Amino acid sequence: MEKLLEEFSLGLFVWQSLAFVILLFLLKKFAWKPILDAVDEREQGIKSALESAEKAKLEMENLQADNEKLLKEARLERDAMLKEARDMKNKMIEEAKDEARVEATKLMQQAQQAIITEKQSAIAELKSQVALLSIDIAEKVLKSELADEQKQEALVESLLKDAKIN
Amino acid sequence: MEIPAIVGAGLVVIGVGMGIGRIGGSAMEAIARQPEAYGKIQTAMLIAAALIEGIGFAALFAV
Amino acid sequence: MYRASKYNLFLSIFLGFSSILTASTEPSGIDKKTEIKAYINHHLKDSYDFSITSYTDELGQHHYIGFPLPIILWDNGLKVFSSSKFHHGETVAEVEGSFYAIEHNKIYKTDETGTINYDDHHHPLNIKPLDFSITKSVVMILITGLLMFFLFRNLARSYASNGSIAKGAGRFFEPIVLYIRDDIAIPNIGEKHYKRYMSYLLTIFFFIWLLNIFGLTPLGVNVTGNIAITFSLALLTFLITNFTGNKNYWKHIFWMPGVPVPMKIILAPIELLGVFIKPFSLLIRLYANMQAGHIVLMSLIGLMFIFKSWLGSTLSFGLAFAISLIEVLVALLQAYIFTMLSALYFGFAVEEHHDEAH
Repeated sequence: MEKLLEEFSLGLFVWQSLAFVILLFLLKKFAWKPILDAVDEREQGIKSALESAEKAKLEMENLQADNEKLLKEARLERDAMLKEARDMKNKMIEEAKDEARVEATKLMQQAQQAIITEKQSAIAELKSQVALLSIDIAEKVLKSELADEQKQEALVESLLKDAKIN
Repeated sequence: MEIPAIVGAGLVVIGVGMGIGRIGGSAMEAIARQPEAYGKIQTAMLIAAALIEGIGFAALFAV
Repeated sequence: MYRASKYNLFLSIFLGFSSILTASTEPSGIDKKTEIKAYINHHLKDSYDFSITSYTDELGQHHYIGFPLPIILWDNGLKVFSSSKFHHGETVAEVEGSFYAIEHNKIYKTDETGTINYDDHHHPLNIKPLDFSITKSVVMILITGLLMFFLFRNLARSYASNGSIAKGAGRFFEPIVLYIRDDIAIPNIGEKHYKRYMSYLLTIFFFIWLLNIFGLTPLGVNVTGNIAITFSLALLTFLITNFTGNKNYWKHIFWMPGVPVPMKIILAPIELLGVFIKPFSLLIRLYANMQAGHIVLMSLIGLMFIFKSWLGSTLSFGLAFAISLIEVLVALLQAYIFTMLSALYFGFAVEEHHDEAH
């Protein structure tokens, strides 16, 4: 201990303390503060860059998801439109067919009606013709039959006979 | 016969050496067992070693 | 004589021993062990002139390579003169009618012939003027300070000019700065308060480390192995710790929470003593480690000249080489431990109040 105290030099102690404190303040102002600030800033920069990269990645993913969604929606819409068109087409065809059928039925009915009417008038005419013909024939037959006297008498007789019975 | 003080200082230094050796050894084992606690073990080791070392210095400079 | 001086020259260049004035003044045919011991002792101490090396020529003349430094004394007024007046401690310096001599690396006021009176314990009785000389250590401190200032100011500037990326030597120092912040300051002091102490921790770490390393270079100045230097450094840690200590810190010292009252009374003086022991162990640790490292290293190199045999000298050279490598590690380790423990003490000082189970 005594040796230590003997070795102690006040001058050196004063110089050392003075020099060190001055060095401390100079370095603090001109070195440590700028260095630590710069390092801090750099670290913050790296951190924020990493964060923004992460964010960008996330955004990209979101964008991709959005795109996919849009694509899917578009595809669905297209499908729906196609389906609608197809349906409409089918409907139109169906409608046209129905209309045609109705029209056809109507025409057929009209035709039938006309045929029936024609037929009836034809039958009526035929009847009157037949009646005339029959009278003609009957006249001719009667004429031929009643040309002979005897036969006229026989007929009167038979007619009278029939009338007697009644 | 009087035993000179330097002998006592030597004995203290032996004790201090053994003490610090044990601290160092135990710290090594602790680090080997739990490498993740390296920092804390090192700090504790240095404090303990520094305290014991102080006794060694006291003995050496008391002579 | 010539051979001895050759050894000295080699010794000086090899390890950067400051000068061999103590050794070389002895008569020829000296005991090598004493010479080396004196040499080591001289090297460990501060010096009034910045000598790189010295040698003795065949005529017994001493030649010194180096330059003198200013001596500043307060002895009934300021006295400033060059240390060359002492002629490397060999003569008495006369300044404005007063005479001064160097004895055991300290300046004493003497008479014309440089007589120094001793008491029974061989302590000089002469008056010791207040000595604020720019010694070799002060020069090294100033050089280190300037070096640090330019080094780190350049690093700070390179951030501005190079888009926040260090350039040149800063590339080497930046990870160390970050290590001190992330592995010393933040874990020990805490995220909240560490910024206040960063400047001190960084300065003290690089200051000690650089001075330790300079101590190993051929300049060979044992600055951090000087008790005045370590005392100054530890005093700063002590002052900062206690001036920034919060209520919780003082409560832990004087009225330890969570222990019974009698224990509190017993613990208070122990804790108070601890307040002083902590920085004291800090200053002694650095001093003792650097001092011991230099002594061991130089003794091993000295062994090379004592053995004077092929085997012994080679062995001690190998050993000295190995110890040098260890010393490089110790230089870093001691700077680290000083910084680490300072940070730890600051951490105690600003620790927030936490649960009573302690």
